[in-house]
Amino acid sequence: MSITNLTRRGVLRTGAVAGAGLALPTYLSAASHSGFTNAPGDSTVTLGFNVPQSGPYADEGADELRAYELAVEHLNGGGDGGMMGTFSSKVLDGTGILGRKVEYVTGDTQTKSDAARASAKSMIEKDGAIMITGGSSSGVAVAVQGLCQEAGVIFMAGLTHSNDTTGKDKKANGFRHFFNGYMSAAALAPVLEGLYGNDRKAYHLTADYTWGWTQQESIAAATEALGWETVNNVLTPLAATDFSSYIAPVLDSGADVLVLNHYGGNMVNSLTNAVQFGLRNKQVNGKNFEIVVPLFSRLMARGAGENIKGIVGSTNWHWSLQDEGSKAFVKSFGTKYGFPPSQAAHTCYVQTLLYADAVTRAGSFNPCAVVEALEGFEFDGMGNGPTLYRAEDHQCFKDVLVVRGKENPTSEFDLLEVVEVTPAAQVTYSPDNPMFAGGQLGSCNPGA
Amino acid sequence: MDAILLQILNGLDKGSAYALIALGLTLIFGTLGVVNFAHGALFMIGAFCSVTLQRILNLSFETVDPTRTDFLGNPAVIKTPYVIDWFGESTGAAIIDWSVPLAILFAIPIMLVIGYVMERGLIKHFYKRPHADQILVTFGLAIVLQEIIKAFYGANPIQTPAPEALSGVVEVLPGILYPAWRVVYFCFSLVVIGAVFAFLQFTTFGMVVRAGMADRETVGLLGIDIDKRFTLMFGIAAGVAGLAGVMYGPINAPNYHMGMDFLVLSFVVVVVGGMGSLPGAVAAGFLLGILESFASMTWVIDLIPGINQIIIYLVAIIILLVRPRGLLGRKGVME
Repeated sequence: MSITNLTRRGVLRTGAVAGAGLALPTYLSAASHSGFTNAPGDSTVTLGFNVPQSGPYADEGADELRAYELAVEHLNGGGDGGMMGTFSSKVLDGTGILGRKVEYVTGDTQTKSDAARASAKSMIEKDGAIMITGGSSSGVAVAVQGLCQEAGVIFMAGLTHSNDTTGKDKKANGFRHFFNGYMSAAALAPVLEGLYGNDRKAYHLTADYTWGWTQQESIAAATEALGWETVNNVLTPLAATDFSSYIAPVLDSGADVLVLNHYGGNMVNSLTNAVQFGLRNKQVNGKNFEIVVPLFSRLMARGAGENIKGIVGSTNWHWSLQDEGSKAFVKSFGTKYGFPPSQAAHTCYVQTLLYADAVTRAGSFNPCAVVEALEGFEFDGMGNGPTLYRAEDHQCFKDVLVVRGKENPTSEFDLLEVVEVTPAAQVTYSPDNPMFAGGQLGSCNPGA
Repeated sequence: MDAILLQILNGLDKGSAYALIALGLTLIFGTLGVVNFAHGALFMIGAFCSVTLQRILNLSFETVDPTRTDFLGNPAVIKTPYVIDWFGESTGAAIIDWSVPLAILFAIPIMLVIGYVMERGLIKHFYKRPHADQILVTFGLAIVLQEIIKAFYGANPIQTPAPEALSGVVEVLPGILYPAWRVVYFCFSLVVIGAVFAFLQFTTFGMVVRAGMADRETVGLLGIDIDKRFTLMFGIAAGVAGLAGVMYGPINAPNYHMGMDFLVLSFVVVVVGGMGSLPGAVAAGFLLGILESFASMTWVIDLIPGINQIIIYLVAIIILLVRPRGLLGRKGVME
């Protein structure tokens, strides 16, 4: 007995499915012939912008995306060129990257690690993105950085402030321009000593995840070195909205400083609650009670409204800086969009130019060549003074800004004033600092 | 001792929000039998009524001041709110300052209309469907509503500050200072809860609604159009959630996600209080608010790490094990 129920359509259908199945791996690794993942063709190169387009940080994500679009425009020769004119490296000429027009695809991280990985994976595998950049959370940055390392593409981190991103979770294919918790603490400590003295009792409220832990550890170490005492550190759930029950115990703790290791909506709510409870007008141990928010963001400061006035914190960059790079970027961005850029926009714009510059200097899109070009790269003209991309951990070392909520803002954007520009040398640490221990950079992965 | 008193006060004002939202949820469940997962979104829309009124009151005309420059170095554009132009500096500024209390009047008709449209336009089609269908459709509606709000207002929180006169601290007990607006919120919630109970207890309309909650069919057989009254109750429940949202704005800046933040907790409150029981919802709201506050005390967290994150759910499990119908639940409801 023989099987005779084969039909013409059945054979065609089976053949088509089998053919597609066999062709798929070839399609996904078409670039493998060039020796690295997603090698671009002769005319275009695709970058993947992975930003929060939904979720609580969607406004920051929107600002990041604006900056990326501006960077692409400048790389392709449009607009006024922005920071390309002030960047100390002069290899970018407005003809794209290595003569290829820059195109981009976008993904939505949703500020969730799994969603961010899925969108980055899609951009790498389906859209052929050769570099992934963006994000507004350390959890997302660590997750996407790991994915890019496995996939063999470069990851240029967006806004991520946890020590772990270039500490225990550092990867050879990942680079961070943004500063970190240690640097915030190193910059803030001398200013806090000058403003509030060295006999203080600090109470910490800390967001219960990687960024909060590392920031609290950094700030506590730096302030204790001044002579401050850390009275308590209470971990608060990331999902908390009303912090009143965490603020109330501060009143009886004997503390005279409250450190809010919170960001985003957590920061807006905890600061608002602290001000509601009259902490800013309180006297403890014969001193004025003070509140410190180690990581500031102008977009978040807007959410906190009047409560931000007089509060000290740190930031990676601010639009009011008067160096040539910052002025050029603010002019380009402000003319295009009608308002000044945020620090998230700044770091994303700079990261895109730095990647394009590294590829051009290396003369190749091969991730290992890009890594080599970025490691130990020293540059200037990008808004933070002379900057080093350190080879040992792929962390940028540059000036850090200590800022304070402005008492009399002149516009809706004029919320923070720069108290001090802390020089890079003061925030630099050794690669084997215990706060960054535990991980290995490894070697670059070109994929394919 | 002061710390304990402070946490009781904290619990009472946390509980005020839980109780107001849970009261509305219970009203809807008790009358229409619908499990409304969009109720948190109504709370959020109420808060954004306040944001909207604040923006309306701050509508401004622009003049160019050549003596000042903006961030790009161009002549600065100065914005002056119309209310200040029309009513003068002091009166205009006072109107803007009191925008949150004024938003109560603004929100009531809006929330009643939203509640009516939501019930007539969507939810009435799901009365005879299983609770799972109701949960899915109302949860979907909640997501749609919050995305609409995000599209208009952005993802970041927007401050709606309390009037200057009510934004400081007051001495509620000798030596105990507490934020004035939180005291106002607690008193406001008591007034609203009292008004809803009085409405149901002392009016003919309320009596019919209570009769309908007990036996809808018999009330219908008496020739009373109970559906119309229940629709109005949906509007009232939406109004209560909206007012809770308006007044909550100065405590925590409104953002598009605030409804979801409260929704799950409020459902736990309803279940602990007893499905369909209005006094149960209110009592459980305050009880869980106080327990949550105590669980956040430093020595309690030191004793049982992480208790602050699970206390409400832990208590819910214990109460449901001991009293499966909740604190004041009625026999036969959701059984």
